[in-house]
Amino acid sequence: MPDLAYHAPDTIKQATDLLAANKGSRPLAGGTDLIVQMQSGRVAPVAIVDLKRIASLKEIREEAGYFAIGAAVPCTSLKNNKALVAEWPGVVEAANLIGSVQVRNRATMSGNLCNASPAADSVPALVAAGATAIVTGASGEREVPVEQIPTAPGKTSLADGEFVSEIRIPRQQKGGSDAYLRSIPRTEMDIAVVGAAASIVLDASGTCTSARIAVGAVAPTVLLVEDASKALVGSKLDDAAVAKAMAAVSAACNPIDDKRGTVAYRKAMAGVLAKRVIQIARERAGGN
Amino acid sequence: MNAPEPKDAFKVVGTRPIRPDGVEKVTGKAIFGTDYKAANMLHGAIVRSPHPHARIKSIDTSKAEAVPGVKAVITGADFPSLEDIIVRMGESSGSTVDISTNIMAKDTAYYDGHAVAAIAAVTRQAALEAARLVEVDYEILPHVIEMCDAFAADATKIKAAINTVGLGEGEQGRPNASLKFTSAKGVAAAAMANAVHVVSGHYSLKPVHQGYIEPHAAVAAWKADGKLDVWCSSQGQFDVRGLTASVLHLEIGNVRVMPLEIGGGFGGKTTIYLEPVAALLSKKSGQPVRVAMTREEVFRATGPAPGGEIDVKLGADADGKLVSAEIEFQYSSGAFGGGDAWAGVMHSVNHYAIEDYKVTGWNVLCNMPKHAAYRAPGAPQINFAVESAMNDLADKIGIDPIELRLKSAVKPGDPSMMGSKFGEIGLIECLEAAKAHPHYSAPLGKNQARGFACGTWMNYGGPSTASVSLADDGSVLVTEGNPDIGGSRASMALMAAETLGVPYEKVNVTIADTSSIGYSMVTGGSRTTYATGIAVIEAAKAVINILRERAAKMWETDVANIEWIDGSAVCTDADNAGKSFTLAQIAAKAGATGGPIAFENGVNPLQHLPGYGAHICDVEVDKETGNVSVVRYTVVQDVGRAIHPAYVEGQMQGGAVQGIGWALNEAYIYNKDGRLDNAGFLDYRIPVASDMPMIDTVMVEKPNPGHPYGVKGVGEVPIVPPLAAVGTAVSRAVGKPMRSLPISPDKVYAALNGG
Ligand SMILES: Cc1cc2nc3c(=O)[nH]c(=O)nc-3n(C[C@H](O)[C@H](O)[C@H](O)COP(=O)(O)OP(=O)(O)OC[C@H]3O[C@@H](n4cnc5c(N)ncnc54)[C@H](O)[C@@H]3O)c2cc1C
Repeated sequence: MPDLAYHAPDTIKQATDLLAANKGSRPLAGGTDLIVQMQSGRVAPVAIVDLKRIASLKEIREEAGYFAIGAAVPCTSLKNNKALVAEWPGVVEAANLIGSVQVRNRATMSGNLCNASPAADSVPALVAAGATAIVTGASGEREVPVEQIPTAPGKTSLADGEFVSEIRIPRQQKGGSDAYLRSIPRTEMDIAVVGAAASIVLDASGTCTSARIAVGAVAPTVLLVEDASKALVGSKLDDAAVAKAMAAVSAACNPIDDKRGTVAYRKAMAGVLAKRVIQIARERAGGN
Repeated sequence: MNAPEPKDAFKVVGTRPIRPDGVEKVTGKAIFGTDYKAANMLHGAIVRSPHPHARIKSIDTSKAEAVPGVKAVITGADFPSLEDIIVRMGESSGSTVDISTNIMAKDTAYYDGHAVAAIAAVTRQAALEAARLVEVDYEILPHVIEMCDAFAADATKIKAAINTVGLGEGEQGRPNASLKFTSAKGVAAAAMANAVHVVSGHYSLKPVHQGYIEPHAAVAAWKADGKLDVWCSSQGQFDVRGLTASVLHLEIGNVRVMPLEIGGGFGGKTTIYLEPVAALLSKKSGQPVRVAMTREEVFRATGPAPGGEIDVKLGADADGKLVSAEIEFQYSSGAFGGGDAWAGVMHSVNHYAIEDYKVTGWNVLCNMPKHAAYRAPGAPQINFAVESAMNDLADKIGIDPIELRLKSAVKPGDPSMMGSKFGEIGLIECLEAAKAHPHYSAPLGKNQARGFACGTWMNYGGPSTASVSLADDGSVLVTEGNPDIGGSRASMALMAAETLGVPYEKVNVTIADTSSIGYSMVTGGSRTTYATGIAVIEAAKAVINILRERAAKMWETDVANIEWIDGSAVCTDADNAGKSFTLAQIAAKAGATGGPIAFENGVNPLQHLPGYGAHICDVEVDKETGNVSVVRYTVVQDVGRAIHPAYVEGQMQGGAVQGIGWALNEAYIYNKDGRLDNAGFLDYRIPVASDMPMIDTVMVEKPNPGHPYGVKGVGEVPIVPPLAAVGTAVSRAVGKPMRSLPISPDKVYAALNGG
């Protein structure tokens, strides 16, 4: 039986040192994936490095150009930041669809991202929002788009000893908003069969100047559907443009048949949810 | 028996006090299966087959035994061999050979998750590590899981010894069928030919799990004197004792089973899985051993209720009165014999008076865990088919679904499928109450539709023991042998308080271990408040007679001069006329008047008085996604008499919720290798609270003359009608018949899009 070491560093530096020193160690945020996977035997780290004692990782900072969400901020806390809720209601909703209240009081968006599940709920919303991750390691920091963190189910682009210290979401543009929806057979406590997020910016005339549509659970990693953006930008998000975007989303999907849904159903739902999130984001952005 | 007392005569029966076990349970203090610890206790782990069907060529436990902290390793070879004895249980019966084989594979693993070895070690971690090091050499055999494969005439036989019981002269069985059972009356085919309106359909259901929240757990201590103590949560400590004794070849009296609180069973805890394993590990190690299942083990190794394939044909005359029913179905039973086909047949049309019918059911084996009882075992599946067909018939004739049912509904005095005449049943009252309920005529919103169904469970009594004793301060102690699953301590206390004429709070109810009171059959089959209730009431009446005798002694008069009124002995003889002693006053003098006041009472009421329910369900379908939400649901049920109405309503709501889950989302999913792919609540989708509307309840009270206070069994009826009520509502919203459960969103989507 391998021994398991538990470390609870107070600083980012200590955390990176511990991660670098212990090959086969894992960061622990809420633990709502990690501990479950350790219990089931799916992962067996030699050491875990708890990020929750590091004060700077437990904050949400409102900077001029972005929101910085520390890696240890539980999803529930996102709802308490008024500016974040006003600017990115879809991101906050997505993170607060995860599990149940109890789960969200622990779970973090960084953990959701780094767990690299194709069905992670907050990730499509973060991708649509154009969020980035600050990746911290022994040799310093780098900033990468969130969609570049997961590379395959359960795999990330993080090097040994690196972890995500914060997620940055740009401040919302004037006339912009977002939305996230998922398809599940129940009403909660479920894993997305499909998830879809839209981030939309409208100009004063109601014309779409920017659109980012991202879908989850329909490919090995979350997809940002460029063709959907193309279908929407320059339009007034009329039925024809939205229908084109729906078709682009369905076409971009590369899902699998599994116990949670068939290929055909997932493709169809990706389109339906894309349509719905576009409509919600448009309403929120002040369009009609 | 005398007619039940009129309702307005009751003082405490029919009130809603807090249950005696409530505070301990809501504060997390109650001791459930996995909470119990014995001194020096070891922790168990079970090695399970990853194959749905494989011959066990050899098992090498040497590496496991070498793990530090490991104290015992057992395999099927450690189990005593058994003669084939049938053991009676509450809701099913089984052979102990099957039960023993299911608990631990002997030469063959019959399903993914079948136990093949077990470890006891000083820590759970050490036990788990040792379990990983047990080397089993398997020869993989072909498996069959789906009913269509298992029932095929040329199916791979999963066991050499399967014989189809119940075949006619010269009739061929099926390779995996263990039973063919037919109930027939008149000439169904001829009557069908004369019917004016005929509907038919094929219906499919997947096996489902009971979904109790508490996983199985047992602690066993094999004592130096060769006797066995067991602590576990179950639906009946006496049947755990009997089955464990049979499997281990022990004398029943040498096994003592201590009941712990139970976190749900729904029929699935009327049998045993872990007790003999813990016992043999304890015997080998010389220490008490706890074996507890994880959720994954619960799904892989316990409980399926049968899946089914059902063909139904119903015929009615011009008026809509049923004239014939022809039904044939197959139920899966897992990798062992037994199963629910008999019950399926007996509940198929036991709510309709039909002159001619023929109903045939088959039990079919497949490479799944041994089937276990699930709330109204065998009834919901067949009811789904029959009641869906009834709704089709109503549509075909153009008549209201409840009106259609009223034309054929059974009433007291009609012959039942069991061959007797119905007693005071209340189906017609339920149908009338449903028809009159505002829900039935409420307008429907966009994309909404309504379904209706009624159904029945036969109910049963059977053996129970209870005792009533008094402490010298007047405290009343009721001791019974039935685990409290749905609030039965409260019901027993209410019935004892009512009988004795004391306040509810004066009564303390204890659920005793198997050496502390006489036998009681499992808490199941909707029998406990009925049968154990009779035992309690009769014991309380006997105690009243003792109290009257003692009072007579205190007044030095004849007992005939003492009446029991409102909790006091009242003297009617001339010298002391009108004087009284309270129960507490007499109890205080017990020592001087003859000793302890107590009475233990065993009863065996054999009555079958079926319960009936009528359900109304509104659903809304998201036409773009296929998601179904249940937006309104009403349960109407004849409950005889509600001793504790809140717990009766709880049964009605809980049954409806389980039925709704069965209809919409629950199913075992096996992959192509025969492994269970959804062994957890994430992908085995029982409803969550936010999925459900408030379930409205209407209690129809038509008292049972066979119970002093009019009780009828209420626990099982409410899971019977929901499948068809939900299925019909969705079918109507979609505009196509949805005859295959679960009606998951992708199926609805496919139906809406031409699939
Ligand atoms: C009952 C239940 C329901 C759930 N429902 C949902 C759901 O509806 N939707 C959904 O998307 N998920 C769901 N989940 C999964 C889980 O809750 C989420 O993925 C959650 O966001 C994970 O966050 P965490 O902070 O708990 O991560 P952890 O479990 O702490 O970590 C997850 C993984 O990421 C790594 N990690 C954590 N933080 C970092 C970091 N900062 N840098 C690098 N690596 C890191 C860990 O080493 C681990 O491998 C559910 C889980 C449970 C138990």
